[in-house]
Amino acid sequence: MLDTFVVPLLKIVVLLNAILVSVTFLVLMERKVIAWAQSRLGPMRVGPHGLLQALADPIKLILKEDITPARADKWVFTIAPIMSLVPALVVFSVVPFGFDPLFYVSDINVGLLFIVAVTSIGVYGIILGGWASNSKYPLLSSLRASAQLISYEIAVTITLVSVVLTAGTLNLVGIVEAQRDAGVWFGFLQPVAFILVFIGGLAETNRMPFDLPEAETELTGGFHTEYSGMRFSLFFLAEYANVIVISAVVVIMFMGGWMAPFPNVPVFEFFEIIPGWIWFIGKIFVLLYVFIWLRATLPRYRYDQLMNIGWKVLIPIALGNLVITGIAKVVF
Amino acid sequence: MLDAVVFYTLAALILGLGILVITARSAVHSVLFLVMNFLLIAALYVTLNAEFLAVIQIMVYAGGIVVLYLFVVMLVNLKRDPEQHVDSRRLGRVGIALALVVLAELVAIAYAASTRAGGATVSGSAKSFPPGIQGGNTEELGWVLYTDYLIPFELASVLLLVAMVGAIVLAKRSL
Repeated sequence: MLDTFVVPLLKIVVLLNAILVSVTFLVLMERKVIAWAQSRLGPMRVGPHGLLQALADPIKLILKEDITPARADKWVFTIAPIMSLVPALVVFSVVPFGFDPLFYVSDINVGLLFIVAVTSIGVYGIILGGWASNSKYPLLSSLRASAQLISYEIAVTITLVSVVLTAGTLNLVGIVEAQRDAGVWFGFLQPVAFILVFIGGLAETNRMPFDLPEAETELTGGFHTEYSGMRFSLFFLAEYANVIVISAVVVIMFMGGWMAPFPNVPVFEFFEIIPGWIWFIGKIFVLLYVFIWLRATLPRYRYDQLMNIGWKVLIPIALGNLVITGIAKVVF
Repeated sequence: MLDAVVFYTLAALILGLGILVITARSAVHSVLFLVMNFLLIAALYVTLNAEFLAVIQIMVYAGGIVVLYLFVVMLVNLKRDPEQHVDSRRLGRVGIALALVVLAELVAIAYAASTRAGGATVSGSAKSFPPGIQGGNTEELGWVLYTDYLIPFELASVLLLVAMVGAIVLAKRSL
């Protein structure tokens, strides 16, 4: 009873709160980093250096009026933000923050596939939200989102297969342990896969330079144009939670998960003083910083360019990488 | 006991959603019910300890194919209710004929199952795996697919390839 219900439930409560709090601060981090990139100060008014902005924003969003457009499909309009947020949070149930069972909610054999499958459900929120609004820009945005997600999911999944071949397991804890056995992060063994998954991750989470479903300048915000208040912020939460998920997947697959850097070099053993979960979260935040950095640096792609990159560049490279990995696996 | 409760609850929900899929007025609602249907079928696979199949079910059907359905449904944008079919009597006759065929099939399966029940059970016909393969059905599934069922597997892949090439040829007027 205690082990099957109470302990997992406690873990879930802690995890959900941690994610939601880190999302609110991630928004602040994004605003601050972009401001520094553009020689501005960013939010400064609420709290010291704008730190409390992270709390002020959610309060504002909750207090705002919740509007449903008159000719919207009310049922789907209501369910869409939920369908977008729930998969983003469910994925965290298999993310291992450390080797000890204390640091993950469940450890399933097909962990990696579970993440890929559940994140692919998240797109329904975007598609249905845009459709149910009964408005032309959100509908265009939905069409873009569905095409973009399908295209990039194929590339990312094929690339992940080559990493699975290297690790020999789909289990996330097993993949990190395989990197300990190999003595090197898979990011060094599979540099092409590392870059491909990162680019695909940018596209799947609708981040710059692939944020075409949102594209403020052409689509006035895209699928969430008609949403307001808390429902809008659910979409927002889902997007940032997905960014964290992608970062966590990249950390697990390519950056050694919770292991300290240089796991097999005796000189660097003092890194082990810092507990694994801090390393894990630290690595995630480095990647999140790169996400934001890219947003501040790169302009948005045109839509046909986006599709060309997905189908004509990423997928062939992913297939080639898979073949080479297979050959290397047989030869060595 | 608990297994039975879970199974019948899931089965009832799946059938109910299946009925909603074909009775829903709006095509998008119909697709939504279909997604939920697929998710529950995945849950059914989990209760059978077929984790891999469950995840593939979600990934391929719920996450891939139905997204394409939605894409098409939104492109054609069915705002009006579909018009009544002209010859409803003929459709009714075809429907009854099809229902009879399905019924005959179900009876045949039930009969075959009842005659077989005494002898070979399903688990008795399962192949034994070479030693060293353990821990999860992903490996077992891969093993079986690439040894015993290699030719059907390859044939299915070729069929998909043909469909893909055909779609490209049809879509592109000038190659």
